[in-house]
Amino acid sequence: MKLTKKEVEHVALLARLNISDTEKELFLGQLSSILNYVSQLQELDTESVAQTAQVTGIKNAFREDVVEDCPKGTREGILKNAPEIEDDLIKTKSVFE
Amino acid sequence: MELHKFTILQAHEGLKKKEFTSQELVESCFKEMDAKEKNIHAFISVLKEEAIDAAKKVDKAGNFNNPLVGIPLAIKDNMAVAGTKTTAASKILENFVAPYDATVISRLKEAQAIFIGKTNMDEFACGSSCETSYFGPTKNPYDFKRVPGGSSGGSAASVAANECIAALGSDTGGSIRQPASLCGIVGLKPTYGRVSRYGLLAMASSLDQIGPMTKTVKDSAALLQAIAGFDPKDSTTSKKKVDDYLGEIEGSIQGLRVGVPKEYFSQDIEGVDPHVQKAVLKSIEIFKSLGAEIDDSISLPHAKYALPVYYIIMPCELSSNLERFDGVKYGLSDRSGKTLLDDYMNSRGSGFGAEIRRRIILGTYALSAGYYDAYYKKALKVRTLVLRDFEEAYRKVDCLITPTSPSVAFKLGEKTSNPLSMYLEDIYTVSANIVGIPAISIPCGRAMPKDGKTELPIGLQIMGKHFNESLVLKVAYALEKELS
Repeated sequence: MKLTKKEVEHVALLARLNISDTEKELFLGQLSSILNYVSQLQELDTESVAQTAQVTGIKNAFREDVVEDCPKGTREGILKNAPEIEDDLIKTKSVFE
Repeated sequence: MELHKFTILQAHEGLKKKEFTSQELVESCFKEMDAKEKNIHAFISVLKEEAIDAAKKVDKAGNFNNPLVGIPLAIKDNMAVAGTKTTAASKILENFVAPYDATVISRLKEAQAIFIGKTNMDEFACGSSCETSYFGPTKNPYDFKRVPGGSSGGSAASVAANECIAALGSDTGGSIRQPASLCGIVGLKPTYGRVSRYGLLAMASSLDQIGPMTKTVKDSAALLQAIAGFDPKDSTTSKKKVDDYLGEIEGSIQGLRVGVPKEYFSQDIEGVDPHVQKAVLKSIEIFKSLGAEIDDSISLPHAKYALPVYYIIMPCELSSNLERFDGVKYGLSDRSGKTLLDDYMNSRGSGFGAEIRRRIILGTYALSAGYYDAYYKKALKVRTLVLRDFEEAYRKVDCLITPTSPSVAFKLGEKTSNPLSMYLEDIYTVSANIVGIPAISIPCGRAMPKDGKTELPIGLQIMGKHFNESLVLKVAYALEKELS
């Protein structure tokens, strides 16, 4: 399994991740060897095998859809971590140009 | 008296009998930190004032009604402690102050334990050596040129160096057990869903668990008791009754069926240190002498696929979990770009370290259109096969034994340039995460490394059935007693 530079660039954009040209080259080799290693799974026939995501059998752990107030201190703590706020709202650049 | 050297239970006895105060105990740990941190660097932040204030309150009340009252604990820096920095050892969270407590923290606060600091780790728990930390590596207390293991390396080193009485770590593929092994302490990864992850910075959500890192097996039982149980804030936690871990820890293991999976002891596993093999085989002899029935015909035919399964599932889940770091709501924010997209790219690009960037790319690639079936879906199917192997094995035996790590602590820088060689550190530990079972690492001997002059600890891993932590602890305690 060999990755191309174009693929790494495409995936980096999907992941919203700036990476330098030197790192692209470095990652190409490293990721190819990792993909090569994990490709040994392909030798197994899993046609009739179900997928497992949850191992302890808990299904649909729902709760009542009730709104709970956020404690004042927690709310303030959250806003304090925001890079920019205006009138208690978190501010960012516009999504649409 | 060297109070910082006490175990949880020893310190508890002393506190109860008023032989010393919690404040003295806490100050003894800080004194040890002052002497050792320059060499070890186990902590990212130290909570001196808060801890001494809390200890004073505990001493004033004088009610030592559970083993954790007034006990100084170190917490891995990926768990939220309200009002303190919680960085996950990442530049992107360098200045993040947790606005609330993780459930494990609020439970330990109820038990009146004292938090003395936040420990170093691999960035976002990604690594097996603590070398990916933005704040620089932690060193192994046995040999400062060596790694403490990872990702919970700071917690392991702080316990081993007696800078705290006990610590919490988190384990996604071996991150509690491997550093416990390399630092010669006890590390327990509980069953998936036994301990709440609310307030734990998520790495791979179908694998992550929080667990105790302690000086003894009994301490492990005591600390697990305080943090285990259902939490409405973590939908993966189980409503199953929590056992009385300390109450069930003593007693004979006569007739207990111990499995020794042959795949883990074959010559095919690359780079297993013969000293490690020898120490583990010696422990198996001890179990035999205690009346346990050893079954070395146990086979886990898909064991060798657990690591490749892990290195698909983990980066996929990691890359999804880390999407939240967008430079908008919290964390490092680079707003120098023209558009919002520029800001995302720049904030994430400069906030995450190299290993995180590598894993995000890997995970995003494996989840992207056209590759999802070949990687993630395939891995979840093979996960089923690994799970079936263990179910089959547990029909014949009560627990399984393996080494924790293929070698003793390696040197700083030895594996950093080759990510795959670092990933192989997890070869014995990942299965327990893939299958979700409890697993403990306990010290079972020491060995002189080929390239060193100090004997280094070896760890033994005991894996149990889902929610059978009490048996795992009992087996570990039986061995610990014989070895001490």
